[in-house]
Amino acid sequence: MALDTDTVKRIARLARIHVDDGDLPALADELNNILGWVEQLDEVDTDGVEPMTSAVEMVQRLRTDAVTDGDVRDKVLANAPAEADGFFVVPKVIE
Amino acid sequence: MAALTDLSIAEAGEGLDNGDFTARELTDAYLAAMEAARDLNAFVEETPERARAMADASDARRTKGEAAGPLDGIPLAVKDLFCTEGALSTASSRILEGFRPTYESTVTANLWEAGAVLLGKTSMDEFAMGSANITSCYGPVLNPWKATGGDAAGKDLVPGGSSGGSAAAVAARVAAGATGTDTGGSIRQPGAFCGIVGLKPTYGRCSRWGMIAFASSLDQAGPLTHTVKDAALMLAGMAGFDPKDSTSVDLPVPDYAAALTGDIRDLRVGVPAEYRMEGTPPEIEALWEQGVAWLRDAGAEIVDISLPHTKYALPAYYIVAPAEASSNLARYDGMRYGLRVEGEDLTDTYERTRAEGFGHEVQRRVLIGTYVLSAGYYDAYYLKAQRVRTRIADDFKTAWESCDVILTPTTPSAAFALGEKQDDPIAMYLNDIFTVPASMAGLPAISVPAGLSGDGLPLGLHLIGPAFGEETLLRAAGVLETAAGFDARP
Amino acid sequence: MTDTTDTQTDAIPDHLVAHFTSRIGHNSADLIEGETGAWEIIIGMEVHAQVMSESKLFSGAPTDFGGDPNTHVSLIDAAMPGMLPVLNEAAIRQAVRTGLGLEAQINHRSVFDRKNYFYPDLPQGYQISQFSDPIVGEGRVTVDMEDGESFEVGIVRIHLEQDAGKSIHDRIPDQTCIDLNRSGVALMEIVSKPDIRSGAEAAAYLSKLRSILRYLGTCDGNMQEGSLRADVNVSVRRPGEELGTRCEIKNVNSIRFVRQAVDYEARRQIEILEEGGEIDQETRLFDPDRGETRSMRSKEEAHDYRYFPDPDLLPVVIDKAFVDEIKASLPELPDTKAARFVDEFGLSEYDAGVLVAERETAEFYEAVVDAEGAKRDPKIAANWITGDFFRRLNADELAIADSPVTGAQLGGLIDLIADGTISGKIAKEVFDEMFDTGNDAGDIVEEKGLKQISDTGEISAIIDQIIADNPEQADQYRSGNTKVAGWFTGQAMKATQGKANPQMVNELLKEKLGG
Repeated sequence: MALDTDTVKRIARLARIHVDDGDLPALADELNNILGWVEQLDEVDTDGVEPMTSAVEMVQRLRTDAVTDGDVRDKVLANAPAEADGFFVVPKVIE
Repeated sequence: MAALTDLSIAEAGEGLDNGDFTARELTDAYLAAMEAARDLNAFVEETPERARAMADASDARRTKGEAAGPLDGIPLAVKDLFCTEGALSTASSRILEGFRPTYESTVTANLWEAGAVLLGKTSMDEFAMGSANITSCYGPVLNPWKATGGDAAGKDLVPGGSSGGSAAAVAARVAAGATGTDTGGSIRQPGAFCGIVGLKPTYGRCSRWGMIAFASSLDQAGPLTHTVKDAALMLAGMAGFDPKDSTSVDLPVPDYAAALTGDIRDLRVGVPAEYRMEGTPPEIEALWEQGVAWLRDAGAEIVDISLPHTKYALPAYYIVAPAEASSNLARYDGMRYGLRVEGEDLTDTYERTRAEGFGHEVQRRVLIGTYVLSAGYYDAYYLKAQRVRTRIADDFKTAWESCDVILTPTTPSAAFALGEKQDDPIAMYLNDIFTVPASMAGLPAISVPAGLSGDGLPLGLHLIGPAFGEETLLRAAGVLETAAGFDARP
Repeated sequence: MTDTTDTQTDAIPDHLVAHFTSRIGHNSADLIEGETGAWEIIIGMEVHAQVMSESKLFSGAPTDFGGDPNTHVSLIDAAMPGMLPVLNEAAIRQAVRTGLGLEAQINHRSVFDRKNYFYPDLPQGYQISQFSDPIVGEGRVTVDMEDGESFEVGIVRIHLEQDAGKSIHDRIPDQTCIDLNRSGVALMEIVSKPDIRSGAEAAAYLSKLRSILRYLGTCDGNMQEGSLRADVNVSVRRPGEELGTRCEIKNVNSIRFVRQAVDYEARRQIEILEEGGEIDQETRLFDPDRGETRSMRSKEEAHDYRYFPDPDLLPVVIDKAFVDEIKASLPELPDTKAARFVDEFGLSEYDAGVLVAERETAEFYEAVVDAEGAKRDPKIAANWITGDFFRRLNADELAIADSPVTGAQLGGLIDLIADGTISGKIAKEVFDEMFDTGNDAGDIVEEKGLKQISDTGEISAIIDQIIADNPEQADQYRSGNTKVAGWFTGQAMKATQGKANPQMVNELLKEKLGG
């Protein structure tokens, strides 16, 4: 399924990565090249096969409910590009 | 006495125990070597002050008779993907420019607990996406090896990737060993390109806590060293159950070095037909056959096996890994750490930050990953790839009924020149064709330097073992190493 | 290599909603009469209930409300590089407990999925939630309305998910401040079938659900603090026709607002349709100051959340023993309790309903009726609680938990009436004093000398005196004006500061006045 530039633009928006309009065709080509290559998976019969979402054959371990963390604001904010009064400061969110 | 930097980890440990030299002397030797080899561009940050302090602490322990073990005082390089408190931990990406974590990854904490010394953080392909270490925001890393002939003669060569900086550092003897991470081959392939040992343990053997995530179901930490024994010693220091990682497996860590008995007469070595691929250079085929002969001569039984879905591992990987990465890299948004490029509004800030912060390869994979998870395509791509992955894992499970380890080549070529294979990303992806299936199945695998190409460049052989079968794997690797007797130097 | 199954967008797809609509019939009283005919309102709700637990869903940071910004935050909640989630056992227990309380199917295997989108209060760039394999499946809630009607609301599923942080827009001009204290707190999302037909029903449903959660101890239901919030889906249609386009009203944080929001939204949609317009499917917010819903700024495209199983987590598997243990520890829930009150205590359904609506009330009532073996008349106890007790709580703006009078104390008061120590009238005085001071009834009676006078001799003497002092009235009574007996009773009560046993007064009066 070939991607057109509109689709690439939409995906870039979903991924929050800016792509100049002029760069869209070349990018579409690159992505289509890769997607075309992975299409060979259609050759594999996977009827009735469970998807492998974990490489370990385990089930989720449960953690005891207890407060063991938090109160590390200095660490949380240590690398912040902008902060004030204990908050992260970010560009205004319009709701 | 040989230069201190010529010693393996095991030898250095003995020397320290015997009092032949101090940890401080050992570290100083490596620090000097690092300085002299800066043209390799292997390091993102050197940490000499911390290294000396750690070495001094090691000496103090030894004086009191409280040496922590075989890694105590051993100077190591750590890949930029591991969060090391206070030191640059950037995944070699602009988007984590200047990031110094306030926390330490479990794997490196384990190593410091074992007394090892941090020499510095090594460069890597950005966010571990690459097999040549050319996408690092700090510029390419150079392979200390040079071709003696052929097209690549006289040119700078790539060290492989993504753990290129770690591999180059060990090969150039500016670190006794190094940590790497392997998602599709990123320890083993650079290990092969640099003529050293690279080990990826079973998925879940080492904790991923504090490791900057690329593809969560594939990432594993592992050692890059000169010898199999060193790899065994380092793995023992790195591995272990971590309750902070839900995918960490609660199994005790064996004495891996003790497994190196040199005796493989009880082993059946599987040789998979599907790894014989069109286009593989004859000298690599020949080396593979030579490896089979070595193991046979050592008393192992050689068994022909079939891993029918081998060729689908790489395309499946290039759906699964980008998909997971597209989600794992969403947190790099300029809001709480790292690079922020102010835009007109919130959305623009996100988009510009990530466009400037991520290199082209990373952007490409994030877009692929976003697409294959998106509405209408999830079943056809992501779910399909995960089903194929089950098939690949099942192939191995069937194989273990007739063999105990599997022998394949590590890479389809020797190290290539900087600038090669850059027109088509798929050409670059194919570097991992032999290493990826074991990654997809979560199995342990190791590359052992086995010979030189016609142009004098190192070539590796690759062994795959069953889940948590590192002891068997290392035992076979040790025998292979002895038989190959690889002693060439860059 | 494409498929056409849309599995990735949120909520039940429209073409499947009909499967879930278990209330096919309708109460004609719920229909709204528009200018062009009758309309039926179809409502479904997604309620987000904060799990009562010490720590967050995937980190060990605390969950308490408030706190200085970013102090209840772990590096995991802040999504620092390399951080990983570990599942809190309490969240699973509480979700299972809630499922059992809603008579729902418990899924022994469930999976956490990532819901991917960008927002500054979502540090990971994805929310860990459950999409295709939630922990709890179908269940139901029976809702009683004030008029005695009851209806059933089906539950589609309950799943666990992370809460997001908080965005504060008015601290710094042109910037937003982010506090991640709430980020990562465990929420249960309880999804109802579209079985609700009016704003009143929606409010009643939420109220009942809240009550059940509080009984179970799985959510404190504190809507002011945001522990319980509702997303309300509203659409309208002509009775019997296809479902209309729905709008979602997000984050309604009071039961009252739910009712108002539904009422407004239904009328808004009906107005549009009657004028020949179409309803845009959109997300809206309720503005309590105006009593209106308004559209959230429209997004350029619909969300594509790209759900996939979280590869940092493994499937959650629980066994029958785990579920049975929780089942065995469930408290008696409101419906069962109310039925028992009606059966055992002979209360009216209405009174039983009032007493069980809040767990604290029911427990208080039970303490009054039967504490430490002392059994009191359940109807009298019920009357005291729904009468004077509620009156004082309301007047003093107190919750039961803060009542100065305990159930045992109220029981003590009732005992004093039952054994004749005080009269019913005096008891009311005593009760108010108990409420003001927190003292026991017995102590107050002693202190104030309020014991009922039941000594025949004493009352006789008093009555004799009154009759002697008031010959006119005595004559009135004797000449047939029986009403004046009330006046005599009043005088006797006045003379005894209300302490005379009224029955005895009346009997003796009759005797002495003759006739």
